[in-house]
Amino acid sequence: MKRTLRFVAAVLAVGSVVFWAAAGTNRGWTKTSVPRKIVDQVTGIEGVTYEKHFVPGVDFLGAALVGAGILAGISTLLRTKSNNPQSEN
Amino acid sequence: MKTKLIILTFVASAGIALAAPQTFDFKDPKGINNAGFKLDAPLESINGSASGVSGTVTFDSENPGATTGKIVVATASLMVPNSMQRGHMLSATWLDAAKFPEISFESKEFKNVKTDGDNTMADVTGTFTLKGISKVLTVPVKLTYMKDKLGDRVPGQKGDLLVVRAGFSIKRDDFNVNPGQSEDKVSETIELTLSIAGAAAK
Repeated sequence: MKRTLRFVAAVLAVGSVVFWAAAGTNRGWTKTSVPRKIVDQVTGIEGVTYEKHFVPGVDFLGAALVGAGILAGISTLLRTKSNNPQSEN
Repeated sequence: MKTKLIILTFVASAGIALAAPQTFDFKDPKGINNAGFKLDAPLESINGSASGVSGTVTFDSENPGATTGKIVVATASLMVPNSMQRGHMLSATWLDAAKFPEISFESKEFKNVKTDGDNTMADVTGTFTLKGISKVLTVPVKLTYMKDKLGDRVPGQKGDLLVVRAGFSIKRDDFNVNPGQSEDKVSETIELTLSIAGAAAK
């Protein structure tokens, strides 16, 4: 159990950093849609449309790392299972 | 002599007809018309835009200073990239979109009108309404009249276009937008930009 929790914590920490970095290391808040500029060729007006796209931000990274830290912390509170149980005699 | 008078009358009436004010509709079938907003606070910068633009402007190319009109932005069309942030923005604490569904500017007077070809620059005084509170503001505006260009933008239609560009700022305290709260994250000053095209079909 202890080892499992530590393994999950490590996967969560590394996975979230890799996901955040792969998505463009967004240092702002998490985006659930991304603005895209469009230009009207006749008038020259610049408009904005929003496309649904998840871009993790520092809040996502922070929450994942805190979660990983909590799991690792819980794992230290668990007792290690003994392989050599002592005789009651 | 009689023939000359008839011709003169015809030319004069044609001239009056050409110079008549036109009403431009700013409901954009292409969905490009937008109002932008920017709040630059010490801890956070918020950028967004609104696409729900409507309204009409009456414009006379021979007398741009007599322009009148009202532009309306649907509060619910305000967008920011974060859905949770958008939810907060439209909630009762901030813009209260359910109770105040429209943000508007209605022009009253054009001053310092300078026309150069099809472009007109002016300081427009009008009533800006946000969250049910109306204030008189003077806003620098650029109007561009594009004669017979509607067909280029909307195939199959004939008419003129009027492009309106404006940029100004307001204080959120003046419009009861969660006054005095979270100023480190949500700037007191809101910078607004407007880039819209209206159509007058013939």
